[in-house]
Amino acid sequence: MQRLTRLVALIAVIAMVLAACGSDEGGGDPGTTVPDTSDEMVACEADEVDGDLNFYNWTEYIDPELIAQFEAEYGVDVVEDFYDSNEAMLAKLQSGAVYDLIVPSDYMVAIMIEEGLLAGVQKDAVPNISNLDPFFADPAYDPGGVYSVAYQWGTTGLGIDMSVVGEDFEPSWALVFDPDLVSQYAGGISLLNDPRETMGAALKYLGYSLNSTSEEELQEAADLIAAVKEYIRAFDSDNFDETLVTGEFAVTHGYSGGYFTAIDDTEEGWDRFTYVIPEEGGTVWIDNMAVPTTSEHPCTAHTFMNFLLDAENGAALTNWNFYASPNAAAEEFIDPEILEDGTIYPSDELSERLEIITDTGDFEINYTDYFAIARS
Amino acid sequence: MASEGGERGERLMTTTRRRPDLDEETPVTPELEKAAEKAESRRGFLISVPAYGYLVLFFALPLVLVLVYSFASRSSTGRTLLEDWNVESYRRLFSDLVLEISARSFLLALVTTLLCLVVSYPFAYYIATRTPRIRNVLLVLVMIPFWSNFLVRTYAWRVILGSDGFVSQISQAFGGEEIRVLFTIWAVLIGLVYGYLPFMVLPLYAAIERLDWSLVEAARDLYANGFTAFRKVTLPLSMPGVVAGSILVFIPSLGAYVTPAILGGARETLLGDYIVSQFLTARNWPFGSALSFAVMFVMLLATIFYFRAGAKTL
Repeated sequence: MQRLTRLVALIAVIAMVLAACGSDEGGGDPGTTVPDTSDEMVACEADEVDGDLNFYNWTEYIDPELIAQFEAEYGVDVVEDFYDSNEAMLAKLQSGAVYDLIVPSDYMVAIMIEEGLLAGVQKDAVPNISNLDPFFADPAYDPGGVYSVAYQWGTTGLGIDMSVVGEDFEPSWALVFDPDLVSQYAGGISLLNDPRETMGAALKYLGYSLNSTSEEELQEAADLIAAVKEYIRAFDSDNFDETLVTGEFAVTHGYSGGYFTAIDDTEEGWDRFTYVIPEEGGTVWIDNMAVPTTSEHPCTAHTFMNFLLDAENGAALTNWNFYASPNAAAEEFIDPEILEDGTIYPSDELSERLEIITDTGDFEINYTDYFAIARS
Repeated sequence: MASEGGERGERLMTTTRRRPDLDEETPVTPELEKAAEKAESRRGFLISVPAYGYLVLFFALPLVLVLVYSFASRSSTGRTLLEDWNVESYRRLFSDLVLEISARSFLLALVTTLLCLVVSYPFAYYIATRTPRIRNVLLVLVMIPFWSNFLVRTYAWRVILGSDGFVSQISQAFGGEEIRVLFTIWAVLIGLVYGYLPFMVLPLYAAIERLDWSLVEAARDLYANGFTAFRKVTLPLSMPGVVAGSILVFIPSLGAYVTPAILGGARETLLGDYIVSQFLTARNWPFGSALSFAVMFVMLLATIFYFRAGAKTL
């Protein structure tokens, strides 16, 4: 009898939980079919708002002033939540979290389109989309820009402490991969703790594509990293800017915008520290605004996109976070110093050697494993 | 009944150890006894419902999900497909890479546990042999670190161990060199031992504190010297504390993720790091689940074995 009661109670609990999970999935999982936006989403008009905006963005990526301005102008609240990796954002969305606007990077847009997680962009509701540089209007990861609108773009390169490395250095990946050079720096170096970025940098130094799907090339890249491992003091994706400006490391591998803010905040500033894009080329990435299928306030989301694509607002964004703007009309309002900076707006010649990381499907597993091998 | 009482009365004559009033005033029938037991167990069950519910919801079910996912497959976009069930993820557990990472994590956890034990034992012994007042003060001091967040405390170590940190400055003040401890395996060990020390001290203290000191006294009376008395009496009697403390330290050390990342700069791939990368970079949930499950399973076996072995020495 007692056993039976226990069993019944247990089954009841399990049933309740499963029911809860089930209904959750019904709401959160859009299934595998690619959503037809006209059916599922209400049609929005320009400047229409339908509630507060749940904005899921990268940390330190938008000027709080801009948020305040939008709130004042449209009379809605912007609820911000932050992530520090595309994968973390994807996992949260797949687990049923509801947001109105997200900022996935290039390859993640492709994945999310395939997974049916993105509602399309209603271009009628975003008239400022015409301000976009044509280069960003039709990206390879989202042909025709059906699901996403470029937010900011930037590069991955090296932060240099010139008091250790010297003023006179070649802007090359050799700074971190040539044992003869690296061994000379007191303090050592750090590389990103990210298989695609760090293996990609090694692949670029070896003259291969950073989207290589050849195991031999990956093995070579892993060997290259392993050869300088004794000088790599950390694999770190979070503090690369801080460890550079505090003098902990001589050279660190990281994302462009992070360095600009950190170097500006130091006493010696650009006389001592700098950021370079290695001449062999590296990663260029484009972050994009997109509306998830689960969005509850899609019209506010579209209005916000339109707000940021405004020439002056787009410029304000770049003047604040030092990432390059995809907004062609914004250029006249961007600080000339930023526009002329070859590390924010790389030269055409260098741009040709930059690559966007694309999803390699099952080969992602090899990137992770070879990266683990390189560190062993 | 009467004759029974008489018998008892007779027995009372010869032995006074038994109190007759208890037995006689509560006539116990087997049925009533059973009913009382049942009521008792029903009450027990009702009291435990929240605990059962909690365990099922937040422990058993997630665990079942992990187990189910570990047999699933990965789509080329990194989604977990709950179809094409296979054991491929478990096969990969025996690859050289995984075995190497496991061995490294195991070694690190072992060294951490031993260091914790060596540092904690004299400390716990010292606390347990103080007067109750001082004892309580010392125990509170052991627990004070728990009042602040582990992550914050780990970052604090970064400041202490950094090349212009406290340790390095002291060394330089005495004309020594700049010391670079941060981002080495030593920093990881310091961080782990620091973080898990209370988990070793508290069970050890509990075991030593309730130790029957008259046994140690007896050993000394029988001409055992201090060391022999410790080895033959104190240590074996405090063994439950050693076993419990070691398990409490070893398990989290094996899966340590934050400390190696923040203090060690993630230079070596460890189990925790490798599992996280399966979920967040390779987006290979089935393999990550299989790894997690395997670690749990091995730890369970090791714990059972350790408890058994520990029990034998008692």
